[in-house]
Amino acid sequence: QVSAALREGRVGAGELCQRCLARVRGTGLLNAYISVAEDAALLEAEEAEKRYRRGQPLGVLDGIPVAVKDNFNTAGIETTCASNMLKGYISPYNATVVQKLLDQGAVLLGKTNLDEFAMGSGSTDGVFGPVRNPWSYSRQYKEKNPSKSHSENEDSEWVITGGSSGGSAAAISSFTCFAALGSDTGGSTRNPAAHCGVVGLKPTYGLISRHGLIPLVNSMDVPGILTRCVDDAAVVLGLLAGHDPKDSTTIQGAFKPFEIPDSIDVRKLCIGIPKEYHVPGLSSEIQALWSKATDLFKDAGAKVIEVSLPHTSYSIVCYHVLCTAEVASNMARFDGLEYGHRAAMKQSTESMYAATRREGFNDVVRGRILSGNYFLLKENYEKYFVKAQKVRRLIANDFVKVFGSGVDILLTPTTLSDAAPYVEFIKEDNRTRSAQDDILTQAANMAGLPAISVPAALSKRGLPLGLQFIGRSFQEKQLLTVAKWFEKQVKFPVIQLEDMKRHDCNVFQHQKSVS
Amino acid sequence: EQVPAAVLEHLERLALVDFRDAEGVQRLREAVRFAERLHEVDTEGVEPMDSVLEDRCLYLREDDVTEGNCTKELLKNAREKIEEYFVAPPGNIPLPKLEERETFEQQS
Repeated sequence: QVSAALREGRVGAGELCQRCLARVRGTGLLNAYISVAEDAALLEAEEAEKRYRRGQPLGVLDGIPVAVKDNFNTAGIETTCASNMLKGYISPYNATVVQKLLDQGAVLLGKTNLDEFAMGSGSTDGVFGPVRNPWSYSRQYKEKNPSKSHSENEDSEWVITGGSSGGSAAAISSFTCFAALGSDTGGSTRNPAAHCGVVGLKPTYGLISRHGLIPLVNSMDVPGILTRCVDDAAVVLGLLAGHDPKDSTTIQGAFKPFEIPDSIDVRKLCIGIPKEYHVPGLSSEIQALWSKATDLFKDAGAKVIEVSLPHTSYSIVCYHVLCTAEVASNMARFDGLEYGHRAAMKQSTESMYAATRREGFNDVVRGRILSGNYFLLKENYEKYFVKAQKVRRLIANDFVKVFGSGVDILLTPTTLSDAAPYVEFIKEDNRTRSAQDDILTQAANMAGLPAISVPAALSKRGLPLGLQFIGRSFQEKQLLTVAKWFEKQVKFPVIQLEDMKRHDCNVFQHQKSVS
Repeated sequence: EQVPAAVLEHLERLALVDFRDAEGVQRLREAVRFAERLHEVDTEGVEPMDSVLEDRCLYLREDDVTEGNCTKELLKNAREKIEEYFVAPPGNIPLPKLEERETFEQQS
């Protein structure tokens, strides 16, 4: 819609950019952004405006403000991964997906906050502090949670965004931009999408280039797309997907961007409901919502059947081993020599590396590196790492069997419940939380399948609840078509954001402007 | 199940990351315990899976130089450099054992 407005001249790209930047400033309390590239964005918007006046926009995304998670390399703009290790790091190049967005004329507003190195499920463990869910400041939440007395109490009831792409999800949800990039390794795009009431798409592994995405788990990472509606996700997907010679894990077949049809007939569909996703800890609200969704499809004439993915309960353990192992390897590049933080230690290379890494990484990252190295020790390699790789195949095969038996799409919850208040969330450590929260999203990363979280309803507390659709490899068109149909049926309410400036007592110092 | 101190030290040397305190060691112990669940699964005859794209051929491009010559750009991000070299402290000095570490570092 905004693209049409730009084309028809109802609003100028420059003005749009200004308004979004103002929103970014107005929602500073959320801490969604680590860096805001004000001057660069305004310049890009100016260029876009010139193109529109000539009647030659680059495409649908020309002049549209977007945000990118801070683990994607962006030339000239700091890329920190919310870690001390990369504070001040200015990349000499753009990640392929960032370049693609810029080539289409998108206006990059800034880099969004995340858990340090994308490890976490709350966006609470980065060095720039936690991200606050915009819904904490919505009329819907406030109505269901009247604060006891005055503003002091209100400020302690805010809820988390989920993670690790919480900043991107919050940025979209609070209307600061129209599309945002996240990353998804165990659910990091879908989880915050569900908690923030936005659409979070995890594409098939191999569809979108990872070149420039600072890697966590090379065999599972994918760039994720966050938008306010399914149609927008399809548009962005169309612009980002495709083979990249710089990423040898992207597939070579030509990708055809698609438009989702407006009228969708679900009668020919077979929806699978995996029974193992009825996990203990699943809130009764989400159970009920899941049932309701199932009925929605049934009533519309779709075939809905219960299916089994027997190895589901092992996916978290398997992920735990494979993830820490790959992390141990991927984090080895941070030694202080070529880029990033460098300790003052001069005695020896090894002691410098050790000091650099002690100073640069937080406990979560260091913990995973150590665990990963443990599983990779000669005496443990077969027992843990190779074993996990075998279990991975079993998990992937579960999906192959189900999709091979005539099921088109799987319908599952995305999260166990609605977003937790920050003060509750931090009572458990990162690993425990991740193990709990990733349970429903993780298996799709194991198998490399596309999955999308669509906002479905508000919880009793006035917070968003999302449901997840998992599709066949490279069948994003079918996946998004079903998702769009569902989105139309549920008519998820628009967030009614209240003025946040009242609560903005401590202006976040680090939110700096980069030219 | 205790992880022997020798293994802990070995890990610190391999990872070049330290446990820092008892909490760090405890975290590892829990991580290992958590991973034990894998052994409940029967993987007889199952091949390990490296990549979900294992059925496809890797893309090979022509061996032509398409970009490079960016030495200055790359050196910009390094803290210590001389001409076109990254400067590192002396190598081939193994990380000292835990007990000796503090004195070693104080010599810096």
